[in-house]
Amino acid sequence: MSTRLATGGRLLNKQKALNFSFNGKRLRGYEGDTLASALLANDQMLVGRSFKYHRPRGVVASGAEEPNGLVNLGAEGKFEPNQRVTTTELFEGLSAQSQNHWPSLEFDVGAINTHLSRFLPAGFYYKMFIHPRPLWKHVYEPIIRQSAGLGRAPKARDADTYEHFHFFCDVMVIGGGVAGLQAAKSAAATGAKVLLVEQTAHWGGRAPVDGGTVDGVPVENFVDQTVSELETMPNVILRKRLMGAGVYDHGYVLGYEQLRDHAPEKPGPRHRLWRIRAAHIVTATGAIERPLPFAGNDVPGVMLASAVRDYVVNYGVAAGDRTVVVTNNDDAYLTAFALKYAGLNVPVIVDARVLPEDSPAMEQAKALGIRVIMGHGLAKVQGTKRVTGVAICSQAGAGAVLEEIACDAVAMSGGWSPVVHLWSHCGGKLVWDDAQAHFRPDVDKAPTGADGQPFVTAAGAANGSLRLGDVLGDGDQAGKLAASAAGFKVKQTACPVGESTQEAPMVPVWLMPQGAGVELRSKAWLDYQNDVKVSDVQLAAQEGFESVEHAKRYTTLGMATDQGKLSNINGLATLAGALNASIPQVGTTTFRPPYTPISMGSIAGEARDAVFQPLRRTPMHDWHDANGADWEPVGHWRRPYCYQRAGESVNDAVMRETKNARENLGLLDASTLGKLIVKGPDAGKFLDMLYTNMMSTLKPGKCRYGLMCSENGFLIDDGVVARIDEDTFLCHTTTGGAERIHGHMEEWLQTEWWDWQVYVANVTEQYAQIAVVGPNARKALEKLGGMDVSKDALGFMEWADGELGGFRVRVYRISFSGELSYEIAVDAGQGQAFWDALMVVGHDLGVMPYGTEALHILRAEKGFIMIGDETDGTVIPQDLGLHWAISKKKEDFLGKRAQERSHMTDPDRWKLVGLETLSGAVLPDGAYAVGDGENANGQKNMIGRVTSSYYSPNLDKGIAMGLVLHGPDRMGDVIEFPGTNGATYKARIVDPVFYDTQGEKGNV
Amino acid sequence: MLTLTCPVCGVTAEETEFHGGGEAHLKRFGPGASDDDFEDYLFMRENPRGVHFERWRHAYGCGKWFHAARCTTTLQVFGTYAAQTYEPPKEICDKITGERPGWSWRLFK
Amino acid sequence: MSDPVTALNGVSSDSGIATITGVPLQGMITLRGDLSAAAVKNAATGVAAVDMPGQGEANCVENRGICWMSPDELLVLCPYETVAANIEKMQQTLGIQHALVANVSDARASFRLGGPRAREVLAKLCPVDLSPGAFTPGMFRRTRMAQVPAAFWMRNADTFQIICFRSQARYVFDLLKISAQPGSEVHLYHA
Repeated sequence: MSTRLATGGRLLNKQKALNFSFNGKRLRGYEGDTLASALLANDQMLVGRSFKYHRPRGVVASGAEEPNGLVNLGAEGKFEPNQRVTTTELFEGLSAQSQNHWPSLEFDVGAINTHLSRFLPAGFYYKMFIHPRPLWKHVYEPIIRQSAGLGRAPKARDADTYEHFHFFCDVMVIGGGVAGLQAAKSAAATGAKVLLVEQTAHWGGRAPVDGGTVDGVPVENFVDQTVSELETMPNVILRKRLMGAGVYDHGYVLGYEQLRDHAPEKPGPRHRLWRIRAAHIVTATGAIERPLPFAGNDVPGVMLASAVRDYVVNYGVAAGDRTVVVTNNDDAYLTAFALKYAGLNVPVIVDARVLPEDSPAMEQAKALGIRVIMGHGLAKVQGTKRVTGVAICSQAGAGAVLEEIACDAVAMSGGWSPVVHLWSHCGGKLVWDDAQAHFRPDVDKAPTGADGQPFVTAAGAANGSLRLGDVLGDGDQAGKLAASAAGFKVKQTACPVGESTQEAPMVPVWLMPQGAGVELRSKAWLDYQNDVKVSDVQLAAQEGFESVEHAKRYTTLGMATDQGKLSNINGLATLAGALNASIPQVGTTTFRPPYTPISMGSIAGEARDAVFQPLRRTPMHDWHDANGADWEPVGHWRRPYCYQRAGESVNDAVMRETKNARENLGLLDASTLGKLIVKGPDAGKFLDMLYTNMMSTLKPGKCRYGLMCSENGFLIDDGVVARIDEDTFLCHTTTGGAERIHGHMEEWLQTEWWDWQVYVANVTEQYAQIAVVGPNARKALEKLGGMDVSKDALGFMEWADGELGGFRVRVYRISFSGELSYEIAVDAGQGQAFWDALMVVGHDLGVMPYGTEALHILRAEKGFIMIGDETDGTVIPQDLGLHWAISKKKEDFLGKRAQERSHMTDPDRWKLVGLETLSGAVLPDGAYAVGDGENANGQKNMIGRVTSSYYSPNLDKGIAMGLVLHGPDRMGDVIEFPGTNGATYKARIVDPVFYDTQGEKGNV
Repeated sequence: MLTLTCPVCGVTAEETEFHGGGEAHLKRFGPGASDDDFEDYLFMRENPRGVHFERWRHAYGCGKWFHAARCTTTLQVFGTYAAQTYEPPKEICDKITGERPGWSWRLFK
Repeated sequence: MSDPVTALNGVSSDSGIATITGVPLQGMITLRGDLSAAAVKNAATGVAAVDMPGQGEANCVENRGICWMSPDELLVLCPYETVAANIEKMQQTLGIQHALVANVSDARASFRLGGPRAREVLAKLCPVDLSPGAFTPGMFRRTRMAQVPAAFWMRNADTFQIICFRSQARYVFDLLKISAQPGSEVHLYHA
């Protein structure tokens, strides 16, 4: 059993006990524990079930690489699945539930899959569920969905907050082990601004556990002293619990800071995503120990040798009373020593190597009285939910059992793989190191930045330097190189000297025993979480999935939440063996950020709830809101669709507003329309190029409706242009067009006609603009008093500056409804007051505000087009019968050449017409009209479509506009529009002007 | 995510401050142009693996357009320069030649 | 005529790690023109009563000042009630010089972000190096604030003045308030 020792635990504060629960069981740990160490201290080795076979799973590792110990943490708004127990710091009240089992962790029905594993090999799902096809949707998929997946998806809204932080530095050092500390120190000595980050809560990495000396003092003291020195340097920033999650182009790094995961009671955001730009990056991210592939290596109690050591030294926790160490290298001997020093039993060190002479580690083991057997391996592990013993065999053989040894834990080590993820994220290449049997960064093929120079340097174990003496020197060098690359002058400073120990070379072991038969290979796990075994990878190779990327996807090796941190190298080696290729020939799969999963909340940052996206508000927004506005998004703006009164439906409100604007007086908040000032000696010439019609001939004081097209000839915007004076125009754009058209103007001025003397300013938000519409419009303005707004003083399509009701205003006599209408601009700061004044004077004139839907109906009744309804990026003005707005005199305007192309002048282009159903019903918006015959696909030929369709309360029938083949030549014809409800609508082609066809209402 | 230096206002900023505007140094063809010239102008674009010339706008900054010479494979930026020109400046071409001997892009070498 | 109001009309927050205050009505005039032309310079300095700022700088005293927006654009600050008269004055100074002058006082909203943590709060939202060594009083920066355009400069060692579009005032205020939430110190920049 696993237990807490009476002594030891360098990271623990034993003065402070913490209560927590696992699957409802109340347990105790100490401050400083991880959830993993606290569970092991309570003899909770079994922590979950595997993905496919639901095999019992125990803690394997002690850090970010953990594949098994995944739990649901918290509840309600604090619930989060798939949290690694090894990186979860214990806090008072922590509540965890294990995942992927039913009905319970101890007894899981799904475990039947392990007995069926012979029938569930790699690619099982692909092979099994492809036939018969109908079964997939209704039978297979629901069942697989039910049994698939690890944690539960959260249901409640996330109760925490998150944020981003932008940070800039010269050198960023990722990893706070001895290599990172020394790199930070040597870089900082040059005066460079250095950010040093460490993903855990502790400095020093593995060194304090592994031991050794630096300049004669214990490495732990060196770590403390270096941290203290760095803390006093003003140009150094140190951050713990901040992981370098990803390295991207041009020195961009995402840093994931966990602020409150260990202290949920503190106020503030939970995670902070650092968006860092560093001139140079040092990846001192250490190395990860590899498991050994032997039968039963997934039984709870089989752990990485380094993890077993960590639990003893850091947390005073014994994984077992009797621990067998199995290894192919000297490093794992340290685990045996640590256990021995803690008074625990190590019955045997099983070493796969056959060496000519003993290394110092072996000698020390023997001196401690530990039995060491060389050239041997494990044939299998006994036990199901917990290790009960191991069977020993010759590594060279096929697995004949030579001896059985009782034990309750196995510490395994297959060698060390540098953490090259961050090096590789942005294109750093790797080389295969034969001596250490791992991939390490290829220093000649580093990621390159904006200047074409390398911007990442790997240091320490992450660079393949596994021994303390090498690690320090490597870190020192990396720091200097980084500072120099960032433009700082490096002074030659002495590097502390780490203790160098003599080690015997490791010998790669990709299968134990090397001749293991299929029986053993199908129990030798590579990927614990996704249940991929040696036999699966071999099968994939046999079935032709020879590319490493294919084999990965076929077997799911490395596709679990741990992304193969433990399994990938063993998997590659297995694949290489099966293909009879070298490991570097097979290569690695792609390393993609983030290094370990980061919260979705941290990615979103502040962008949620009220600030999920920037809502734009007009000066009268609050009034609309208080007066029943049913909001419609228009770009980022919110505009009232209508103003609902008590007891009234949205449709009722729209009908009421639409009628009232024709009968009495309507007010529309038109502030969102774009307003661009175009000024300069060449302004007229410029607008002649931008609009299809002639603007340079417009007289000051007059307005003209204009169309804008792209160079491709298609309509992009429309609006009324007012000439303010000889060289100043004010151009109105659509609501969505203000920024876009402003940008469009600037683009042409800056990049094509840069010698033209024109300046543009976007003054959209300077003004509140209110449309005063209806037969009583003039009366309302006359009641306000001030400037003359009579027909003679201010005719249709004229504008004037003046005062109304004491407000300084600019009045445009323009109409998008066909009614007598004034659009009045006032400074935005007085928009609400002016609106209030209009409501007061309008009280006796039947004033009602109206929303965007009434606006649409009013314009459709008049056959006015709307950008985005009648246009969709493929429509030219000629399609809409707007020839009158296309100048024939101008030699050039944007879109003119395009409109001369044969396809644009084709008489078969669909053209705008009005449509009226024979029944008076409303045509479905977007419906297509069908004609005679069928196309090549056997579908009915289309001859048109509906672009706008409304019920008109003023005409008491459905009205629509549409684009129809030869439409204008087919007035009176009836065409058919199949609906989506099985019904077919018959509609007559009519003139698009439905209401007041002579335009008498506006001409008063 | 790139960093670019706006040659107009001198600010070095990350890509989110900018707006990409496609290929640089296009020559406009208007009314009177042949179908082929107009097609080239409107639709035909370089898609090089390597040296490329692009238009960018400092949309969240000074609002000005500029040009950038960039490598599409390594993302190295050889330089940025004013948009009011018909060809890349000599010093940028020389720099590219130093880094990518034998390069060519449309008519430029 | 009634009294004009700002977008959020006197809003403020001091519950977090920095104070956020809505700036009262501020006169703002956009001036576009050739900044090397004497008439353009004089038009700006004549009403702002400060010297011309250099590229990327703001030269502001109380509610007067000039901000460098781009090589052909200045933002001239003056008391709100003097805008109309100042535009008149600028037009006279400009004479026949090709330039554009526009009142944008109501088109913008402005906030002050103050306190020793102000740099940290702003750095959560803008992709700009806001460390004391990199951004100092006198500088002016137009950039992105979360999802909208914004510009800012420092009024003193620990106070920023931020300008955004009026329609986005609520969004920007909410952003600042969230970024200044209690307990969100980054513990990095100490004014």
